[in-house]
Amino acid sequence: MTPSTIEILPTDDDRRIARLAAAAIALSVAEAAIPLPLPGVKPGLGNIVILIVLLRWGWRDAVWVGLLRVFASSLLLGQLFAPGFFLSLSGSVVSLAVLGLAKHLPRRWFGPVSLSVFAAFAHIGGQLAVARLWLVPHNGVFYLVPVFAVAATLFGLINGLVAAKMLVRLGPLTSPDA
Amino acid sequence: MKASLAGWLELLRPGDYVILAAALTACVASALVLWRGGAPEKAVVRAGGKVFAELALTRAQSVEVPGPLGTTRIEIQPGRARVASDPGPRQYCVRQGWLTRAGSVAICAPNQVSLSLSGGVAEYDSLNY
Repeated sequence: MTPSTIEILPTDDDRRIARLAAAAIALSVAEAAIPLPLPGVKPGLGNIVILIVLLRWGWRDAVWVGLLRVFASSLLLGQLFAPGFFLSLSGSVVSLAVLGLAKHLPRRWFGPVSLSVFAAFAHIGGQLAVARLWLVPHNGVFYLVPVFAVAATLFGLINGLVAAKMLVRLGPLTSPDA
Repeated sequence: MKASLAGWLELLRPGDYVILAAALTACVASALVLWRGGAPEKAVVRAGGKVFAELALTRAQSVEVPGPLGTTRIEIQPGRARVASDPGPRQYCVRQGWLTRAGSVAICAPNQVSLSLSGGVAEYDSLNY
């Protein structure tokens, strides 16, 4: 066997992102096993990891982890490039963009719960935009908005609280570049 | 249990309550705006194929519509309308009772009178029970 001429040396950054993405992917896959009454309503447990990454290591890492999660979890679930994948991707992209803005809110007043609720609403916003423009080109999709909004509020609160608790347990920031 | 609940609550910062309140407001507002469809605005009465009267569903009133068999009486109340009496033999339109949703229709075919509710977003062409 010829030895490889290309050698990829993962940096500490790569390792950390891979580890965090693995956690987010595991949560996403586990969550897919939970039966839910309505497509589109799910807890979004992977977002807990995204929030922790955002608040500890900054937005760039959160984007990496978030997008890796979308691709890897849909690959594992056999959903890659299926309609659900594009909903998930658009939700994540919008959510990460909103988090990029929302993290500039004063920390003293707005904690992880605020960010989590923003992210949850951005998620349904991004998904509904794609659903309306492409998958269901009819205003009927908006009939479900109140249900999605209630789910986003509830799961946004719960995920935010879990993220906040875990951030307390993890201790202070290691690299204050956020 | 109480102590653990307090443990969770102290993770919330003042702004978080504001954001949560705003989120709940958005839930209620979206439900009110998006789930209001089907509320009728007016009743359209037709006789012999022509519009006989358009009545706002705001106050109680009664309209008598002449037809080939006699007089059909239409009753309006705030938000709903019905055919109160009709000279037709089978009384289908009378037995339909109160119409409450936009798009619903009661037709008294023998007397050539129809009552339909319009306004808002009509969800259906016709409703029958």
